[in-house]
Amino acid sequence: MKRLPLFAILISAALPAAAQIRVDISGGISAPMPIAIPAMPTPVVVNTAAGATGALGRQVADVVTNDLKNSGLFAPLGPNAVQAVPFNRVTTPDYPYWGGTGAQALVQGFVQANGDGTLTVGCYLYDIVGHNEMARQGFVVAPAAWRRAAHKCADTVYTRLTGEGAYFDSRVVYVSETGPKTRRIKRLAIMDQDGAGHRFITNGQNIVLTPRFAPNQQAIVYMSFVGLRPRVYVYNVGSGTQRLVVDQPNMTFAPRFSPDGRYVVFSMAVGGNTDIYRVPVSGGAPQRLTTAPGIDTGASYSPDGARIVFESDRSGSQQIYTMNADGSNQQRISFGGGRYATPVWSPRGDQIAFTKIEGGFRIGIMSPGGGGEKILTNAWQDEGPSWSPNGRVIMFFRTAQGSGKADLWSVDLTGVNERPVPTPLDGSDPAWGPLMP
Amino acid sequence: MSNTTTKLLITAALIMTAGCAKKKVEDLPPPPPAPSAPAAPEAAPPPPTSSIVPGSRADFLQQAGTDTIHFGTDLYDIDAEATGILAKQAQWLAQNPNVRVTIEGHCDERGTREYNLALGDRRANAAKNYLVSNGVATSRISTISYGKERPVAQGSDEASWAQNRRAVTVVPE
Repeated sequence: MKRLPLFAILISAALPAAAQIRVDISGGISAPMPIAIPAMPTPVVVNTAAGATGALGRQVADVVTNDLKNSGLFAPLGPNAVQAVPFNRVTTPDYPYWGGTGAQALVQGFVQANGDGTLTVGCYLYDIVGHNEMARQGFVVAPAAWRRAAHKCADTVYTRLTGEGAYFDSRVVYVSETGPKTRRIKRLAIMDQDGAGHRFITNGQNIVLTPRFAPNQQAIVYMSFVGLRPRVYVYNVGSGTQRLVVDQPNMTFAPRFSPDGRYVVFSMAVGGNTDIYRVPVSGGAPQRLTTAPGIDTGASYSPDGARIVFESDRSGSQQIYTMNADGSNQQRISFGGGRYATPVWSPRGDQIAFTKIEGGFRIGIMSPGGGGEKILTNAWQDEGPSWSPNGRVIMFFRTAQGSGKADLWSVDLTGVNERPVPTPLDGSDPAWGPLMP
Repeated sequence: MSNTTTKLLITAALIMTAGCAKKKVEDLPPPPPAPSAPAAPEAAPPPPTSSIVPGSRADFLQQAGTDTIHFGTDLYDIDAEATGILAKQAQWLAQNPNVRVTIEGHCDERGTREYNLALGDRRANAAKNYLVSNGVATSRISTISYGKERPVAQGSDEASWAQNRRAVTVVPE
């Protein structure tokens, strides 16, 4: 008897609701949805390692607000714009009041300290127009991980209202840059996708380039000039150790993991000719995948691991090709004007992002079959796209003419909502990691 | 009501791992010992002849004239000017048979990063192959590509890019 109404609430929250509000994602940000996100109350103020639960409730709402705003699909009324909610109204929203704010959706929640030292962050989504609860989630985290609970809450709201996959609870590895143009100092760094939790991994002693996360996020594959022998290394995030992937004298570069994490695909230059190889992460003999004279590089797996997209200048200029994961069935897919470089397969499998070189450098997308080309950015030099975990947003780096200073940017798949990604120093070679478990 | 709801939430809650609490690692473990890094490849004005040590970098720069050849956009062929320079370098290397060199390949900023690493490797190997065809033992020449990571000219203009598309023969100091 006690469980029944609660069970019913869960069922209704999980039902598809055609009549409910929904964000139109097809055209980007023509009309961002107004959504209210008041500060989240706490039943009892408790001091935790990350601060008092009352203050954390406000900070969680701030992170949710920032995530949704950055997506370009929402116009949040955050904790600065709307009144806080008392704890006893978290599950019974004051619909008449919220209707007066102009918001169509409402995110409420709470932060509660548990006896075992953890926090519970409750997260509720309401349809203000239809007076419906649309979603609810609870997240138990260590106090220090409160931002992850906030990102999970934002992901709950985003996925429920857009139908797209989640992406806010994810991290980015990139190359932090500083120093003069002729001697840039480059360091690997990791941060949350919103720029929080930034930390450096390498000390800048050696040039480091093109880091990419392993699917389980416990390793990063990248290229380092350690010992003035530029080669591919795997860095173990947990232990802080690194390991050479292929021990031979030639330059190895342009590495990426396979989607199952078992292989690293990379390029190797032998006597001026560059081909693509793959090698088991655990070690072993590299398998050569391309043999054409010329530069074959920039390999990236399809999400099912069956195909690889790469660039080759075998035709005389850089163009995009696809092949099977064993190197068979190589086909050119780019035929527009100019050169095409740095192809990356979308995690949804339906798009290839690339750098197009025609006058300037621009970020674009096309289908894996080569059709439907769309150019998303227009600056002097945009390069190196990387997909968000849901295949909806592309992060890249933009180099300034003259100074050569580079910064991270992101743009929506539809070409709107172009915005800088904050980093402490300059930044390049971003690689968006998968959604955190 | 809210108390019951809270219990439900806790029951249904996702248990988050402590993945954010990894220890902070500032530096990587010590790399294998590095050979001494070649200094900036631009030729310094040669000091008076009397002080130049035979077989040294200064000697090389004075005898060969320059350590650098240049390339056209996206090209790696050895043109007539480069041929003359490499012929002098080969001559000096023949006279100093105990010297080993490293040829650096470089690109301008108007290429993508990974492609430029491969293109710099092409340029370094083109220069190496020319020296080898002029009698220098292949075992005396190593190559390294810097792609677009180490330009010498700072501008974003044709003149700067032309200077940066280069292969540099580095003789140990």
